[in-house]
Amino acid sequence: MRLSQAWIIARHDMGIIRKKQGIMAGLIALPLGVGIGFPLLVWYIVGQGGGTGGLESYLPYLVNAFSFWWVIGAAMLPIAIAAYGIVGEKIEKSLEPLLSTPSTDGEILLGKVLAAFLPTIVAIWAGSAVYQVLIDVTTRGPLGYLLFPSWGMAVILFALAPLSCLYAIEFSVIVSSRATDARSAQQYGGIIFIPMIFIYVAGEIGFIPLDTTNLLYISAGMTVLVLALFYASERIFHREEILTRWK
Amino acid sequence: MIHADKLTKQFGSVTAVDGVSLDIADGEVFGFLGPNGAGKTTMMRMLASLISKTSGTAEVAGCELGKEADELKLRGRIGVLPENVGLYESSSAYENLEYFGRLHRMDDLTLRKNIERLLRMMDLWEKKDLPLGTFSKGMKQKVSLARTLVHDPILLFLDEPKANLDPEAAKMVRDVIRGFKKEKRTIFLNTHHLEEAQRICDRVGILRTRLITTGSVDALRFGRSGKKTVVRLERASEELANAVRARLEPRKVVVSGDELVVDVVDPDRENPEIANAVMAAGGRILQISQLSPSLEDVYLKLVHEGGAPA
Repeated sequence: MRLSQAWIIARHDMGIIRKKQGIMAGLIALPLGVGIGFPLLVWYIVGQGGGTGGLESYLPYLVNAFSFWWVIGAAMLPIAIAAYGIVGEKIEKSLEPLLSTPSTDGEILLGKVLAAFLPTIVAIWAGSAVYQVLIDVTTRGPLGYLLFPSWGMAVILFALAPLSCLYAIEFSVIVSSRATDARSAQQYGGIIFIPMIFIYVAGEIGFIPLDTTNLLYISAGMTVLVLALFYASERIFHREEILTRWK
Repeated sequence: MIHADKLTKQFGSVTAVDGVSLDIADGEVFGFLGPNGAGKTTMMRMLASLISKTSGTAEVAGCELGKEADELKLRGRIGVLPENVGLYESSSAYENLEYFGRLHRMDDLTLRKNIERLLRMMDLWEKKDLPLGTFSKGMKQKVSLARTLVHDPILLFLDEPKANLDPEAAKMVRDVIRGFKKEKRTIFLNTHHLEEAQRICDRVGILRTRLITTGSVDALRFGRSGKKTVVRLERASEELANAVRARLEPRKVVVSGDELVVDVVDPDRENPEIANAVMAAGGRILQISQLSPSLEDVYLKLVHEGGAPA
């Protein structure tokens, strides 16, 4: 596997994505909106005097639950990119010329994965930086200490968000092999949010406290899922399969 | 350049290509003909290492099919023009070619030179920075051809290069293929255009899952029915036919109305002999013409006969 060959493909795909205004708008607006929107909500809650347990206990719990959104966002953003990267090539019928180059299936797949992964992670990290600063600015007064940086957020940004992003991309590869247009690939891709929304809601209602230990457990589970999906997507992204069986 | 021995491809229980053996020499233009679903594209994809073979062996451009390392090397030596142009419409012609050149690991200087040379050859240099979405079908096909050539391949696989093109664009593609031929590149051409194959191919093969026959266009055209000279007379007779038979023995001569139909091997040498024999026997010749079956006649006959070799 030559990383340089995969990088040529990734750079090309990222160049095309830059020209897609819809994808770029989502990539910038969503993390920025959440990065500003959640702190605004927290600012409002602080202004109201907090929940029944007082701000000292309520704010860290609320912010922890909000922070999990960055895991969901990391799965949400790459679906459109991955769907375009594979279904788009199917529509333009450019996969056969690409497969005719001296690139292995693994290099092409890695290139596609990188093209969806890198912009997503950059957007998530940039948005979450805004989020962390604004949350600290909002909550330092009532709490008397900084909520960020924290180990929990480190696990979210450096383990869970990348894993969640990979999970979404691999799922998109599998869905894309059967989808005939990018929109339906994105719609099918929506299925991946079900387990994440379950965890998010469980965190919000206190069923699964989203503390550092639980986040590490979720990361371990997600790693297993990512490896299983990697195996499945690698089998599907096979040149013979693509040329003869993909719809 | 290509040596295939009993190459077979099965998709489940369906046999797409059945035991095809063929040899294609360096610099040869080989036309692959056959009806839809005959296995032409499958054969081309196998030879280009895009799909695996089920059985048989093949060596293409010095690389053995079935060995992963060899196949990667092979894809660096060949150029494949698929039936669909398969270009990135939001990118320019230059960007499309640059991307594929980079995937072929070309150095920047050679890549830039090749892109400029090819786009100028295709008359697209002035439009090199426009997105391909604004190009006509013919222009896209030109870019697709340029992409096939950008890394200077020694062997070209062209799958229906003139499919769905208007006459002007089709002529342009024909001229480009002729240019390739002059450059002594080996070309494997899948086509439905029999007239085209007749014009540019050194040899053709007719496929219908099995390889029905291969040979030069002339060998196929004249191999079955042979060349015939038709002599139209004021009045044909058996005496005149006998006179021709006596001169060209053992040629077959048939009287058909006011015509004599004579089997010939070398019309340039034999036709004057035929004319002399007829006139010496008192016949009055109105016209002498050559009866030549077209490649289309032969193709249709072979395909409908179900594959008996010529």
